[in-house]
Amino acid sequence: MTTTSLFTPSRRRLLQTAGAGLLTSAMPSYVWGQAAPLKIGFQLHRTGIGASYGRWYERTTTAAAAAINAAGGIAGREVQIHYEDDATDPKRGAEVVEKLAGPAGCDLIMGTLFSHVVMGSAPRAGELKIPYLVCSEGYHVASGALNRWVLQPGITDVRQQISAMAPWVAENLGKKVTMIYPDYAFGHDHRDHFPAAIEAQGGEVIAQIAIPPTETSFTRYLPQIPADTEVLYHVMVGPAVLTFVKELGEFYGSGAKPALFGFIDSLEAVDTASPGLEFLEGSHFWEGHCRAKPADAGADETAYRAAVGVDDNGCSVSDAKDVSTYAHMFSCWETLYFIKEAIETSGYSSPADRQKLVEAMEAITDLPAGPERPQGAMVFDGKKHQAFGVQNISKVEGGKLVRVHQTTLEESLYDNATDYTALSF
Amino acid sequence: MTGGRIWALHLAVLVALLAAGLLLPGYHSTNLARILVLATFALGYNLAFGYTGLLSLGHAMFFAAGMYGAGLPAWHWGWEAGPALLTGAAAGGLLALLAGSLALRTAGVSFMIVTLMFAQAFALSLLYFSDWTGGDDGFAVPTTARLVFGHALSADVPRFLAAWGVFALGLVIALALVCSRFGRVMVALRENEERARMLGINPYRAKLQVLVISGIYSGVAGAAYALLFGYVGSSFASIQYSILPMLYVLLGGAGTVLGGVIGAAGIFYLTEWATALTSAWLFLVGLALVVLVLFLPKGVLGWVRAKLWRNLP
Repeated sequence: MTTTSLFTPSRRRLLQTAGAGLLTSAMPSYVWGQAAPLKIGFQLHRTGIGASYGRWYERTTTAAAAAINAAGGIAGREVQIHYEDDATDPKRGAEVVEKLAGPAGCDLIMGTLFSHVVMGSAPRAGELKIPYLVCSEGYHVASGALNRWVLQPGITDVRQQISAMAPWVAENLGKKVTMIYPDYAFGHDHRDHFPAAIEAQGGEVIAQIAIPPTETSFTRYLPQIPADTEVLYHVMVGPAVLTFVKELGEFYGSGAKPALFGFIDSLEAVDTASPGLEFLEGSHFWEGHCRAKPADAGADETAYRAAVGVDDNGCSVSDAKDVSTYAHMFSCWETLYFIKEAIETSGYSSPADRQKLVEAMEAITDLPAGPERPQGAMVFDGKKHQAFGVQNISKVEGGKLVRVHQTTLEESLYDNATDYTALSF
Repeated sequence: MTGGRIWALHLAVLVALLAAGLLLPGYHSTNLARILVLATFALGYNLAFGYTGLLSLGHAMFFAAGMYGAGLPAWHWGWEAGPALLTGAAAGGLLALLAGSLALRTAGVSFMIVTLMFAQAFALSLLYFSDWTGGDDGFAVPTTARLVFGHALSADVPRFLAAWGVFALGLVIALALVCSRFGRVMVALRENEERARMLGINPYRAKLQVLVISGIYSGVAGAAYALLFGYVGSSFASIQYSILPMLYVLLGGAGTVLGGVIGAAGIFYLTEWATALTSAWLFLVGLALVVLVLFLPKGVLGWVRAKLWRNLP
């Protein structure tokens, strides 16, 4: 009789162990070997005014990282996302940048949405010489107000959104436009760029009504809307938007009303079929990425929705009342794939290569549609540090957003004097 | 504690802070620089609240006035840090003079509300004049303007030394002030204004003087924040920045010169600790503060003064 032990196994046990080893090595999940993980810091609006966006930005980024890791990571390295709450506050935002660049040991930082947090954090990112990729939509990047370490490769900016949509608005809704906007930076981007865009189409802005940010009722502003207004262009944001829409409905009642055109920023994470929003029926909205799945959506769109856990109506698959911030959150997905491309082409291996990484990002031009960019093709302008892409116009039909038009990429393009590549690092 | 020992203690704290800032790694050195700037703000708030009993909810206005007073000339006209810091200090003091001359006609809760209203009006004005102020986005202070004698304040060591210098100067002046006859006038106004009036003190004038000094401190802190960290924004004019110096002072010890820096450091690292633990970090910070107020109602140095060093200023 032969005795066996851990150190003297039987032939049968040896074969079983070898077989199990072979099976394990054939399994699809990656074993990351000796390569250190790639740490990406995410400046997250987990609390504060941006929390509804932050929740979905986190989910989208986690899903993108999982998809990238399942396909072998970035340059063979596992992607780890280090989330840090900035409370949607610029002071805390700067502190978060320092923390992610310092003790957290991140290779680069991404994900910031709110403009004031970007403005407050960008100087520190520049001083710490760490790439800072924002998903903000503001014109502050392309305007040249920031520094060489700040880029916006995953979402278009307000200026191009406006200039791309103005032709459709003039042609389909009307040429005499009254603008109602919040009297702070987001509203000012619209105030400053829309008049020229509509004038180029033979239209005109006949009134601009700025609403102070502390306002909770809008009845005293609504009589300022000129009677000959053909299009009411509204970009109210925040909790007051529900009151705004309700009071607008009461103001016009069942009588004649101008066509309404707005930005979905007002109603991100809000169900457009909510009670009180009935007045929006038949109105149009800009969407960066269509909340309700378009009829002609392809496999990439379907796969993206499944990955981020969003159903065909733009709600969480686990809770139909949890409406996503679908028009914006794709920017996190596409920014992460932009990082992947830049790291793999630059040969980035450690923070010492950060300058090389930014130069590689600046050299990227074509960002074709595909699994990496379910929202559509984009081009990246390395001088402006800004991506340019298509825009969508959707109509509220039965409380649901239905895409009625998609602009061309060329309609989004504009030129200015910004050239970050002329700045030193 | 004699005057010599008091000065020795405070100078020793300054030396310890200097050593810590120069020896700590860059991340913690930058944190300390930020704490020292906020502690300068708290020093100014403590003169008004801790020593004179002026419970203001308008200090965010003075802080933001300093921030914009320094940042706007740097942004629009390329001023360097030295003159920009002075205009920031002047802006804080001037607004304190204007707001104080009206608000000090009230007292107690009314004073708190009037100062709050002034601060809110100032914050909204920053948004209204957005072409000049950058609105709620704010603006990045140009690196070329963040220079002192050719040294870039965007670098770790010059930034820390500048922050330490501002705090050290503020601490020395505050200590001299509270140890002076005027310091006793401040305490007298806090303890019993009518009795102080009977002693020949003009309460309105003295309180206005304190508020202007406090405004200058806040203005210097705001200017230093803009120049050292490169950003100016209207969120710094929100009520949060009137409450924060109050928390620093309450935590560190109202009516103690070193209380502000202890409070600022405490709140900063409490936030750091809580954010690492949970997404509900604001709840945790609030809970910790409630516990501190319950068990240390006079703050850390208030407790030390009650139990150990009775003459600690």
